[in-house]
Amino acid sequence: MTNNASQTLGILFQLCQSLLVVALAPLLTGWVNQCRAWLQNRSGAGLLQPYRTLRKLFHKDAVLAYNASPLFRITPYILFGCMWLAAAIIPIIAIDLPFSPAADVIALVGVFALARVFISLAAMDIGTAFGSLGARREMLVSFLAEPALLMVFFTSSLISHSTQLPHIVGTFAHHEFVLYPSLAFAGLAFVIVLLAENARIPVDNPSTHLELTMIHEAMILEYSARHLALVEWASNLKLLAYISIGIALFVPYGIAEVGNWGVLPLAIAALLVKLALAGAGLALLEALLAKMRIFRAPEFLGTAFLLAVLGLLIHFLLGA
Amino acid sequence: MDAVGILPLDVLGGVILLWLVLGLFGLVLQNTPHLISSIIFPLGAIAALVVAGTGLWALGAAPSIAVLPLGLPDLPLHLRLDPLAAFFLILLGGASFGVSLFSAGYFRSMAGGMLALLCLEYHLFLASMALILVADDAYMFMVAWESMALSSYFLVTTDHAIPDIRKAGFLYLLVAHVGAISILLCFGVMQGGHGIGAYTFAAMREAHLSPFWSSIAFLLALFGFGAKAGVLPLHVWLPEAYPAAPSPVAALLSGVLLKTAIYGILRITFDLLATQLWWWGVLALALGLITAVFGVMFAAVQGDMKRLLAYSSIENAGLLLVGIGLTVIFHVYGKDALAALSLTAALYHCLNHAFFKSLLFIGTGSILHATGERNMGRLGGLIRKMPWAAALMLVGVLSISGLPPFNGFVSEWLLLQAFLLSPGLPNSYINMLIPVAAAVIALAAALAAYVMVKFYGIIFLGQHREKALEQAHDAGIWERIGLTWLAIVCVVLGLAPVFVVQHLDQVTRMLLGHGLGNAAAGWLFLAPVDIERASYSPVIFLSAVLGVMLMTALGVHRFYHGRLRRGPAWNCGFPVQNARMQDTAEGFGQPIRRIFEPFFRIESELPSAFDTHPRYHGRSDDRIWFALYLPIKSLTEKLSSRASLLQHGRIHLYLTYTFATLVVLLAFV
Repeated sequence: MTNNASQTLGILFQLCQSLLVVALAPLLTGWVNQCRAWLQNRSGAGLLQPYRTLRKLFHKDAVLAYNASPLFRITPYILFGCMWLAAAIIPIIAIDLPFSPAADVIALVGVFALARVFISLAAMDIGTAFGSLGARREMLVSFLAEPALLMVFFTSSLISHSTQLPHIVGTFAHHEFVLYPSLAFAGLAFVIVLLAENARIPVDNPSTHLELTMIHEAMILEYSARHLALVEWASNLKLLAYISIGIALFVPYGIAEVGNWGVLPLAIAALLVKLALAGAGLALLEALLAKMRIFRAPEFLGTAFLLAVLGLLIHFLLGA
Repeated sequence: MDAVGILPLDVLGGVILLWLVLGLFGLVLQNTPHLISSIIFPLGAIAALVVAGTGLWALGAAPSIAVLPLGLPDLPLHLRLDPLAAFFLILLGGASFGVSLFSAGYFRSMAGGMLALLCLEYHLFLASMALILVADDAYMFMVAWESMALSSYFLVTTDHAIPDIRKAGFLYLLVAHVGAISILLCFGVMQGGHGIGAYTFAAMREAHLSPFWSSIAFLLALFGFGAKAGVLPLHVWLPEAYPAAPSPVAALLSGVLLKTAIYGILRITFDLLATQLWWWGVLALALGLITAVFGVMFAAVQGDMKRLLAYSSIENAGLLLVGIGLTVIFHVYGKDALAALSLTAALYHCLNHAFFKSLLFIGTGSILHATGERNMGRLGGLIRKMPWAAALMLVGVLSISGLPPFNGFVSEWLLLQAFLLSPGLPNSYINMLIPVAAAVIALAAALAAYVMVKFYGIIFLGQHREKALEQAHDAGIWERIGLTWLAIVCVVLGLAPVFVVQHLDQVTRMLLGHGLGNAAAGWLFLAPVDIERASYSPVIFLSAVLGVMLMTALGVHRFYHGRLRRGPAWNCGFPVQNARMQDTAEGFGQPIRRIFEPFFRIESELPSAFDTHPRYHGRSDDRIWFALYLPIKSLTEKLSSRASLLQHGRIHLYLTYTFATLVVLLAFV
């Protein structure tokens, strides 16, 4: 196959993945919620509930506070753009995505940080007590979660000698199954980061109605209609992106190589199974854990950070 | 150009003279202050742009040398413009261009006599910084260094009627001079006792000191220049002097003066000293990490916007020192490509910090002008009154938080890449230290984002915390031009890293004898080592995010509707809401204060539930001040009161002292 043709195919794969993630993201959230409902002995709202919510929100008239600035209005779009980009460049169905070299793992952490800074600023824009409270807590949670995530990436980068996601995934996918002790620590740290960054129990509760305990929800209280829809969709994409990172780093098996159309259906099927398992696992974790006080969260995330650094040190000690 | 016989150094000499002349002209024009602000400062700005251009020209040219027929007997003044100096000249010129333009608007309301003096000091300050960079002997260097210290002292104490500012100025002067003594001693060590002719840098390069004396020289340089940069524990003057200085001066102090200290460390460590030792790097790395975390932690709890930025400057000085330390370690162990990478990261960060910190500092000047308020607890909601300043400062805030696709991210990315590529050093302890150091850097960077969300959110967003803010006005036209220039450079440095890194190659080649080589894969991708290992493309990144944003916005409006209503904030249905319900600056920093409690010296006074006039008071102080500086101060006071026993003010007593001294000396000789 010529180089040119494989490039075209790469772009096709990229497009395919971009559309797939943006379409699948609400479904994943629906699945997690459904699993949680089952675990709590409820019947649940169904897998498609997030789509219905989005549709409803898009149809509504937007209401904006009198003093909302342009920063407040543009933030949902920035958020959505960042999260879509993040979810689109993580290799989950095929390894060689042409967009991937634009942002390696450090830049990926940067994308999440960019979105977080914007949503925190937007939360402070109206000047309500809950908004700034949410912004402060979000930044508090993230200042420990972000370095922990970076350390997780560093561990896998050191093993694969690259910060490029395709390269990291390629290294792990093509190896015979090897258990890296450093990755075990990194995996544990990553789960904690995933829970914290996606506003999940035990750090935050996505379905809470009590404003005083909110983190993520407190920041978006003032959003309505299409703005809220985009923020919610971005949150769905973020959850998908984090789970994709987990899949890419720890269980990349079954991923397709570019230039091979035949394995694409298999790769997508494998991905769906992995996503479903991860979503169910997340729901189980949430059902088993209790939400902690806000000042216990830094300790929890500090543990993640230390675990990740330990993983890195173990890599240096054992060379694996 | 060489055919005409004009060298970059000649142009630079001309500009330095022009700056001095402009300063003096300011004195002449003291009765027409509007001319000073609308002619002298813009001319100074153009001169600054010429300096930057000259630097860019000299970066690719061979070093040019000049010897002036001035100076000491046997030691005429030597000047030399090499790539290292050229790089810092670009930084000096580029940043001070924006700051000078801003000053043209900022100082407009100042009284004539004061403005004339300020104009002289300001241009003298710029000229002396340029001279530091091209000095090629110790005498020239120290003369320029001291002129810089003195002119900046007078600039810091511009509002000398306020006692706190006089106190801050004194502290600044004191630390500056302790540092200067150390630098002087360092030169003394490096000339190796070969007489006055050996004080030229050329002779020092040939001196080949023993490792012991090299180390002494390095430690003295680290102490002396570290005092200027604000490296722990010599940082105490920074959070006092920066807020005391007028905002454009603070911008130059943090944006440019801090970099002359970095220049000094680089010049002595890599150029003047022939060999380096590995533990220098470890020392610099450790000091840098401590400084970075300390700075950002304290920035998080500040309530004064300029003090917050001052602590953030301490953090950035720490990051720069980390880059230098890493470079030394790699260079000593012969990992030249990695040394080049970490030096590139450090230099890039120098450039970035010069622009975004100057931008933020002059932005605080605009806010100060508009509101008369430095305390963030009395600001808020300014984005609606000052849209220009708010938009431009947002660029600075995103840059300093290290977010892609802005410039702060590029240097952070390069530095982290250097850390990631580190394995394989022969010393296993250092091998262990480096990942831990990377973790600390990541922590500091994440905390910096916290600090900047606080800074921007409290000042610009939310509701006005004071009634008076209703009358706030936006930055004037000159101020806007200055802010815009600095913001544009931040964006360009963020989007065109390939171009910048290519130019930095000259500097790394000069200092380490090794460049990064081809750091790019095509013009789009920055790939310092190998595209397989790591790459980053801010242009593609930005276009992807912008493209998705546009598409989404168009799609949403096309398929649904763009209907929008304005109403009161919802706030979960709580009917009463006022500005005092928002987070204050103290409130926003409170979690950090609580988490890092042992590092602060916290005093707080909480009202009881029954107070009729409740008063809240809280302070978080620097423990180092109480543990290190106050004991030194009381010791000095004790010693000097002992020494004053000798003083009685009678002339015959002093003659007796002289006589006794002579007798003692005679006994020895």
